[in-house]
Amino acid sequence: MSAATSTMTKRFDCRDAFATTLESLAERDERIVVVVNDSVGSSKVGGFAKRWPHRLINVGIAEQNMIGVAAGLANGGKIPFVCGAACFLTGRALEQIKADLAYSRANVKLCGMASGVAYGELGPTHHSIEDYGWLRVMGQIGIVVPSDPWETSEAVKAVAASEGPVFVRVSRMAVPALEHGDHSFTIGKAEVMRDGKDVAIIANGVMVHRALDAAAALAKEGIEARVISMASLAPLDETTILEAAATGGIVTVEEHSVRGGLGGAVAEVLAAKMPCRMRLLGFPGFLPTGSAEFLMEHYGLTAEGIAAAARELAAAR
Amino acid sequence: MSWTRPRCAISVGRFIVMKSEREAKRPAMSKNAAAIVRERARLIRRSALEMIVQANIGHPGGDMSSADIMAALYFGVMRFDPKKPLDPGRDRFVMSKGHCSGAFYSTLAMAGFFPEADLATYMKPLSKLNAHPCRAYLPGVETSTGPLGHGMPVAVGIAIAGQIDQASYRVFVLTGDGELQEGSNWEAAMTAGHRKLANLTLIVDRNRLQQGARTEDTVALEPLADKWRAFGWDVEEINGHDHAQLLDVLSAPATPRQKPLCVIANTFKGQGVSFMRDQVKWHHGVPDAAQFALAMKELEA
Repeated sequence: MSAATSTMTKRFDCRDAFATTLESLAERDERIVVVVNDSVGSSKVGGFAKRWPHRLINVGIAEQNMIGVAAGLANGGKIPFVCGAACFLTGRALEQIKADLAYSRANVKLCGMASGVAYGELGPTHHSIEDYGWLRVMGQIGIVVPSDPWETSEAVKAVAASEGPVFVRVSRMAVPALEHGDHSFTIGKAEVMRDGKDVAIIANGVMVHRALDAAAALAKEGIEARVISMASLAPLDETTILEAAATGGIVTVEEHSVRGGLGGAVAEVLAAKMPCRMRLLGFPGFLPTGSAEFLMEHYGLTAEGIAAAARELAAAR
Repeated sequence: MSWTRPRCAISVGRFIVMKSEREAKRPAMSKNAAAIVRERARLIRRSALEMIVQANIGHPGGDMSSADIMAALYFGVMRFDPKKPLDPGRDRFVMSKGHCSGAFYSTLAMAGFFPEADLATYMKPLSKLNAHPCRAYLPGVETSTGPLGHGMPVAVGIAIAGQIDQASYRVFVLTGDGELQEGSNWEAAMTAGHRKLANLTLIVDRNRLQQGARTEDTVALEPLADKWRAFGWDVEEINGHDHAQLLDVLSAPATPRQKPLCVIANTFKGQGVSFMRDQVKWHHGVPDAAQFALAMKELEA
């Protein structure tokens, strides 16, 4: 168990950890290639492109083609990391992801940049808050949602070493580095960031920081909230979910639609094996105009909002 | 940066082989090569029709139009070992028109990728041979297809991998003609033209019929050859039922070529079976007993 906090003030863009790790892997493994839809800068793969120009495949603004090309590169023995804005990468090429990657079991790594509502004011066309649902229902594609630079770096290493298609969300929202103690990152395993017996908060991505802040606030009121980072949305760590259900209440928090995402995944496990009261925090659907920070506050995806939901569940035990 | 394939292969990459070696590994063109392909195509047609009748479902029109192309590729052109279906140096074939699985599965079985007895399970419960090929189910299937417009981007990706490795393998992809109405083909066409993927050969099964009508009455494809040339491709237009022509055009080594090649194979839907030939209604359908008997008689040696 790691005693994690989010009190450090220095903030990081996880894309930097992503790019650095990818380059260090590419130094040792020439099979690693990058595929982009004209998204070199926004994916921070300019360094990669400079070092290995022949291993950076820019297919232009053509997402369907991008996914098919990646499947073909995998067929040719490469390990393609496909980098593009999460909204276009998933939604625009969904059938290619289904047929060419998931159904074909192609060894392709999808890296959804600027995921969630990171594009804020650019609006719902540019938000990627449907991707968990779209990909999760296929059941044949891993989904990894790291929360900080360390987890991003570990996730990139883990997906490179794994066989088969995986989607990794890489946020562009600056976040603090969390303490992970001696935890080792494994796809399919959650990390308990803080223990607690009164209620459990399951979050991933940028929401983990807010969940930890909520738990710190609740502790001052005498409510011990367990905080779980569910970086691996698929495959899901059912054991940790069922253990969390023993607290009597679970709050899920995600930078995603409340339908079909993390909350839905947790609810599916609980409904079948250990029904438990839940509060699902996330976005209702297409969002109004506003910055990412505004939208999160507007929909209660804040430490206060999470604490309120957890408090309610703890009180109702 | 130049994407031009080296004319003379000097061994620097892992998979590169000298030109003489590469040529030697390909099936030698003999006088009776066309006869061998013709006979294989006949057997593919018979097998596909048997499968369709047994399954009571299928796409005979496209199976018949593509049978000669399939036979030429697998029994005259491509370099592969069915016992090593994932050999990194194999030539690749991507079946983009996945609904023509009767012809495709028959070809793969005859080529030795799986037992011909498996063909009898076509579309039966839990069979690995569903109507549309799945890479995870069957050796020899390079990517799962069925939805149209998926094969080209995948073939382009394989060709890029070959280009990066300076590998000697060739990549073939077969699309329908109506299928070219899918925009993803043209995204891939642009990429292939831009990168001068000389190791890539597209064959368009130009039978001029799509599901419900002629392509030109639905959304016209012509001038099709000009479209490919405009996208940076070489184009060859042939009779897609002429085995010697197929062998000639498809066997031409990729090395002297500087661009990807589009072979417009002019074909007839239902070719080989009189009542199916050029008939839109045989896009999908199952012959009754009398029709099946007539078809098999027409497909006797």
